[in-house]
Amino acid sequence: MSEKKIRVLVAKPGLDGHDRGAKVVARALRDAGMEVIYTGLRQTPEMIAEAALQEDVDVVGLSILSGAHMALAPRILDLLKANGQTHVKVFLGGIIPDEDLPRLKEMGVTGVYGPGANTEDIINDIRGALAEKA
Amino acid sequence: MTLAASILAGDRLSLARLLTQVENDSPEGRAALTDLFPHTGRAHLVGVTGAPGTGKSSLVNQLALHYRKQADQRVAVVAVDPSSPFTGGAVLGDRVRMRDLSGDPNVFIRSMASRGSLGGLAQATAGMVQVFDAAGFDVILIETVGAGQSEVDIARLAHTTLVVEAPGLGDDIQAIKAGILEIADILVINKADRPGVENTERALKSTLELAHPAQRVFRHHGQYMSVAVDLPIDKQMWIPPIQKTVSTEGRGIPELVEAIARHAEHLRSSGDWAARERARLEVELEMLIQEALVARFSASVPPQKIQQTVERMAKRDLSPWEAANFLMNGASE
Repeated sequence: MSEKKIRVLVAKPGLDGHDRGAKVVARALRDAGMEVIYTGLRQTPEMIAEAALQEDVDVVGLSILSGAHMALAPRILDLLKANGQTHVKVFLGGIIPDEDLPRLKEMGVTGVYGPGANTEDIINDIRGALAEKA
Repeated sequence: MTLAASILAGDRLSLARLLTQVENDSPEGRAALTDLFPHTGRAHLVGVTGAPGTGKSSLVNQLALHYRKQADQRVAVVAVDPSSPFTGGAVLGDRVRMRDLSGDPNVFIRSMASRGSLGGLAQATAGMVQVFDAAGFDVILIETVGAGQSEVDIARLAHTTLVVEAPGLGDDIQAIKAGILEIADILVINKADRPGVENTERALKSTLELAHPAQRVFRHHGQYMSVAVDLPIDKQMWIPPIQKTVSTEGRGIPELVEAIARHAEHLRSSGDWAARERARLEVELEMLIQEALVARFSASVPPQKIQQTVERMAKRDLSPWEAANFLMNGASE
C-alpha cells in the first residue's frame, strides 16, 4: 500500500473573501489524485507557513484577489525558507497584473494563473515542477 | 542525527517529514518507528467520531484550546478525511475549523486522507499516533472520517472514544442499533443550542439505560411500576456520561474535558488502561502479519496465474472457493 501522494496546501492569504477559485482548484487537484489540504479564508502568512510545515506539503497554492500579492507572496516564501521548506513549490492564482510576473518568478513563485486558466495546465505544471526536483 | 533522534530533540520539520514517511509506509518510516517505539505509551489518545456535520472538527479545536489554556498540555491532532475511491485524491478540510490553534508551538495538527481504509481511520493512523506519542505530546486527539454506523476502528486505537451526536439526526431506533454508539466512552451532544436537543438526549439516555439497567420501569394496566434490578452492580463499570456542548461558543467544553480526565482515571484504577494497550498492540500485530502474508502471497504467485484463475472463474469452471484454495495451495509450483 506504500505510495507517495502529492500533497498540496491551498490557502487564501489576506482579506478578500472570494474562495470560489481556490475551491475549484482544490477540487480539480483532488480529481487528479492529489491530497489537498484546504485551510479556508483570511489566513496570515504565518498561519500558511505553519500549516505547510505541519502537513509536510510538496506544493503551496495561494489564491489572492486583493491585489496584495506583492506583499503576501514574498512574506510566505521567506517563512517557508526560514522553516527549512526550501523544496516546496509555490503557485499563485488570482488577479495578478502581467507586469508583476517577472518579479514574482524572481522571488521564487513557480507558476501564476489568472482568470480562465485551465486546471489541466495547473495539474501538469505541478507534476512537472515536482518531477524536476526529484 | 537520525530522524528519530531529531524528533526526540523536538524538531518540528523532522516530525512532519517522518509523519509523511510513516503515512507512505516507507522503509525509513518503519525504521524510525522502531527507534521511537520505546518512547511511546505515555500520551492519552482521545478519539472523536460521529456523523459528518456533527461538529467534530470544531469540538477538537475547542478541546485543544482548553488543554492548552487550562492545563498547559502539549496537544497533537490527527484529522482523517476520506480519499476518493475513484482517483485516490482528497480534500482535507478539518484545519478550516482549527484556525484558533495556529501560532502555538505546542500544538501540531496533521491532516490525513483515509487512502482506501473503511473503518474511519487510515491504515497509517496508528503509526502516526505513535510518532506524536514519542515526540512528547500529552494528549493526542484523533478525529475520524465522518462516520456512519459501523466505522469503529477508533475504539481499538484510542483510550477514550467520544461519539459526537447533534440534534435532529436520528431517532431512538437509530440509538439502539449496533455499532457506533456502542463504542462511546463519552457521548457528546454538540450543537446543544439547537431545537430537538431534549429528544436526542432522551434517546441516548434510554439506550444507556437498556445497556446499564439500574431499575426497570414497566407500564402495567396503565400503572407505572418500577422493579429494582437484582444484577450485582459492578462499581468498576464505566457508564458513558452524556455531555452537552456548543463548540462554536466553547460551552460545555470544561465539563467535557473533566469527563475525559475521569475516564482516564477510571481506566488506570480499573486496570483497563493496560488491557486496552495490550488489545491495541495485538490488533496492530495482527494487521502487520496480515499485510506481510498478503505481500508474501503476491510475491509467490505470478500475476498471470491469478488472471488465468479469474478467467476460469468467469467461465464457471471454478467456484470462488475452489479458486482461492487452488491459489493458496501451491499454484505457484
